[in-house]
Amino acid sequence: MAELSAGSRWASQVCATEVIVVKAPPGDTALECGGSPMLPPGDAESVGTPDASAAEGTQLGKRYVDADETLELLCTKPGDGSLGVGGTPLVLKEAKPLPASD
Amino acid sequence: MLLLEMAAGGHGDRVAVGTADGGITFAELFQRAGATAAHLRESGSGHLALADVSSEALPALLFGASWAGVPFVPLNYRLGDGELRTLVSRVSPALAVVDPDAPGRLDGIDGVAAVGRHDLLADLADREPAAEGWSFDGEDEAVLLFTSGTTGEPKAAVLRQRHLVSYVLGSVEFGAAGEDEAALVSVPPYHVAGIAAVLSNVYAGRRVLQLPTFTAADWVGLVRREGVTSAMVVPTMLARIVEHLEAEGDGSPGLPSLRSLSYGGGRMPQPVVERALALLPDTRFVNAYGLTETSSTVALLGPDEHREAVASDDPVVRSRLGSAGRPLPGIEVSIRDDAGNEVPTGGSGDIWVRGEQVAGEYRDQGSRLTPDGWFPTNDGGRLDDEGYLYVTGRIDDVIVKGGQNISPGEIEEVLYTHPAVADVAAVGLPDHDWGERIAVAVVLRPGETAPADELCALVTERLRSNRTPDRVEFVDELPYNDTGKLLRRMVRERLAHLGDG
Repeated sequence: MAELSAGSRWASQVCATEVIVVKAPPGDTALECGGSPMLPPGDAESVGTPDASAAEGTQLGKRYVDADETLELLCTKPGDGSLGVGGTPLVLKEAKPLPASD
Repeated sequence: MLLLEMAAGGHGDRVAVGTADGGITFAELFQRAGATAAHLRESGSGHLALADVSSEALPALLFGASWAGVPFVPLNYRLGDGELRTLVSRVSPALAVVDPDAPGRLDGIDGVAAVGRHDLLADLADREPAAEGWSFDGEDEAVLLFTSGTTGEPKAAVLRQRHLVSYVLGSVEFGAAGEDEAALVSVPPYHVAGIAAVLSNVYAGRRVLQLPTFTAADWVGLVRREGVTSAMVVPTMLARIVEHLEAEGDGSPGLPSLRSLSYGGGRMPQPVVERALALLPDTRFVNAYGLTETSSTVALLGPDEHREAVASDDPVVRSRLGSAGRPLPGIEVSIRDDAGNEVPTGGSGDIWVRGEQVAGEYRDQGSRLTPDGWFPTNDGGRLDDEGYLYVTGRIDDVIVKGGQNISPGEIEEVLYTHPAVADVAAVGLPDHDWGERIAVAVVLRPGETAPADELCALVTERLRSNRTPDRVEFVDELPYNDTGKLLRRMVRERLAHLGDG
């Protein structure tokens, strides 16, 4: 468990998922993917497969948030596990696209 | 690099840059960026400089520099050799890519290895990509952009990885573009909008087409031939495009493929926008306001707001066509007085901005942010009670007449509404009694005339009598730099004979 900082990257230990933190609440956050803790990308070695309760997968380029949207992650590599915090699944955030300015 | 890696993973087979049948794909772009990084690492260069027009090399160089962890430095290739060489020597040791039409102009500078674009692309095609493992440090310098230096020696604005990534993640949805979408980029690489266009479109999965040397005829031709769906232009380009389409007359096929047209980068005469909206009834218009130091756009006026404004009888709603719209999510805007205190809503002052994408830093001069993260833009403006931002121009350009601060922009806006006026600039000139007097340089439309007193009377009627021009001079054209910025200093010099010594 660690305090998440915006811009930090985390990798799953049980699938190919990687995320970058867009926004995080203060204090420690128990970030999980496929039911196992996420680690800094260099430290994450494959230790199995996602738990059946957290195996809906992640989608490249999608944003995932907790219920009150204090935590927001961007999926930079997709995988088979799904994201959660302390056993509670994160949900896909609806895109609110801006008009293209460039 | 994070953005390109995602793009190559998510839509690698799509065409990233160039024509639909002859362009390079996102996967190929990724390979070229890796080869650029390998080249940079081998050469030991601390910077990657570019003195060249927009080309298919640009995205590979931008991302390749990021992969290798060295700043990318696009330079104004229109500068004279002397000035250009001075700028390049400031970022030595560097690899410098030059326009194949002007070889040799950066040869012989200490620590600088110059290579022509074609030679570099041939080298990259044969080269293995660098090992992965690029830095993810958001503090790395990503891009250095030299300011145009109209007020002294050019400053190198620093944009770090975290600023650019924040801008893209905050304003673009990954892979949002349809497979048929193509963006036309006609701003040069040394303009922040030219960099933002590459990053945003790569992330969105939208093919980029480049027009290295802008003419309205070429631009319109390319939009029609390639089915361009979105484009960004500076105000002078939009004025030329409007003239071109109007000259085609009733038989004009219009620009049916163009879904979105964004403009920004300088003052935009409201009548030109109104004519553009009438000529392109199905196109969604976006006015984007931003600065180099803020990683491009910080506020925008959206498509629906354009159409509502132009259709409205309510003068407040209608005047929004002349606004920069509302701040992007994640951007705060505050209007401050000279002492840095926030002015009440509706009051005028210096525009300050704050947000993750705001860099506000110059090489060798450090950060210009306040301790709590605000960047004073030095642009004057005001916010209305619904949060619309009105930009009135550079604070330095304000005319101070008899102790009153007068923004040139408000006088110019009024004169633009006169049917005979094609272009206009208001400046302050020395005046023994008033400190400054108001002089305007007016360009008339071909075949039209307007007496000076009629123009002055129009300003008196719409504004206040202290805004009335004291002198009017008719000129053939106004001086602009090549990215469409009015050079007021040159206007002042040209009208200097109308002031008191």
